Amino acid sequence: MAVLTLTIDERPVSAREGDTILQAAREAGLTIPTLCQLDGLSLVGACRLCLVEVEGSRRLLAACVTRATEGMIVRTATPRLIEYRRMIVELLLAERNHLCAVCVANGQCELQQLATNLGIDHVRFRYQFPQYAVDISHRQFGHDPNRCVLCTRCVRACDEIEGAHTWDVAGRGSHCTVITDLATPWGESTTCTSCGKCVQACPTGALFHRGSTVAEMRRDRSRLSLLVLAREKKQWLL
Amino acid sequence: MAALKLATAWLGGCSGCHMSFLDMDEWLLELAGRVELVYSPLMDSKVYPSAVDLCLVEGAVANEDNRELLLTIRKHTRVLIAFGDCAVTGNVTAMRNPFGGAREVLRPVYLDNGDDNPCVPSARPSLPLLLDRVEPIMSVVAVDHYLPGCPPPAARIRRILEELLDDRASQEQLLDNPRRGHSWNVSSSIP
Repeated sequence: MAVLTLTIDERPVSAREGDTILQAAREAGLTIPTLCQLDGLSLVGACRLCLVEVEGSRRLLAACVTRATEGMIVRTATPRLIEYRRMIVELLLAERNHLCAVCVANGQCELQQLATNLGIDHVRFRYQFPQYAVDISHRQFGHDPNRCVLCTRCVRACDEIEGAHTWDVAGRGSHCTVITDLATPWGESTTCTSCGKCVQACPTGALFHRGSTVAEMRRDRSRLSLLVLAREKKQWLL
Repeated sequence: MAALKLATAWLGGCSGCHMSFLDMDEWLLELAGRVELVYSPLMDSKVYPSAVDLCLVEGAVANEDNRELLLTIRKHTRVLIAFGDCAVTGNVTAMRNPFGGAREVLRPVYLDNGDDNPCVPSARPSLPLLLDRVEPIMSVVAVDHYLPGCPPPAARIRRILEELLDDRASQEQLLDNPRRGHSWNVSSSIP
């Protein structure tokens, strides 16, 4: 397999042909913030947190869906990129009711961790305070759209790994929500197998185990990639 | 050097941030030696004084009293700290916002679920008017520092106070030196 050499943040990095910038960076021990990306799921490039500057390109490129090429010069943390990332996270926080203090995922939340890593101690945008009902019709799980960032990890986990496609996205713009079946209550879904993969995939407190209260929600998101590895490469690492 | 004038205020919050303030335990003795507490729910003070150096503001802006006090604080304070999540984001105090304005919140509480003679308590002068929308304090006044947490842990409160107190010490030294000039450069404008 051909090996490529590229430069990420002034460091020479090698990558396999076909690798994305994100994969090359991670293998070199460099961190690029991500949210919608989850190992084991397909890539959608939706959250824009992994935007990087590539020399010769006037556009910013999403590292998760951009292939590394020979001689590429990539910058992942310029002041402009950091400002955009802060803005994205602040907009996500302002768009829904992300109340960390009373959230099941407090302390275990990828959105909260992103905000912490970016040094966000307040949000510059006016909070929207939308009204969304929590769905706890399912016997084991709950869905709280107030905490949803519309990363679609649940949609992809359900479709690609479980093969049920119970989840999908409805609505437009900031009024989008993830729905089960044709926007029926989760507990009445005829396609849901109650496997819980969506709950494992969720980065925030939007999907949770019923019965978990503030800061009690625990997940193991790596289980999904282990499942995919076992299925596709017959490697069982459990 | 005169002791720094410290104030703390309690707007629309649960006072948990002030409880956390008290959790600084024995360091409070050291703090007491370095500052003069001029206004606080922890003491008997009725009127916010003028020329306050530093004020920790707990809670969101939920009613007219909160708003008036906050404007007074900003006017008379050099450094204003948003103290805890309610002040920084609205947090739990702002959880009523998705349900609508003050009327929509008061109706189910006082009218729909009232037993005998249900009525909304007449607002002025006995009770401050609820605002239609609970806001973080930064939407009413300029904020100099943000101290997040629900509540902020005592160590975090101590850290910011120590840094600001030490900063003041160094700034006072600068003031003593005629060639160096300026004192604190902190934004204090009311938008």
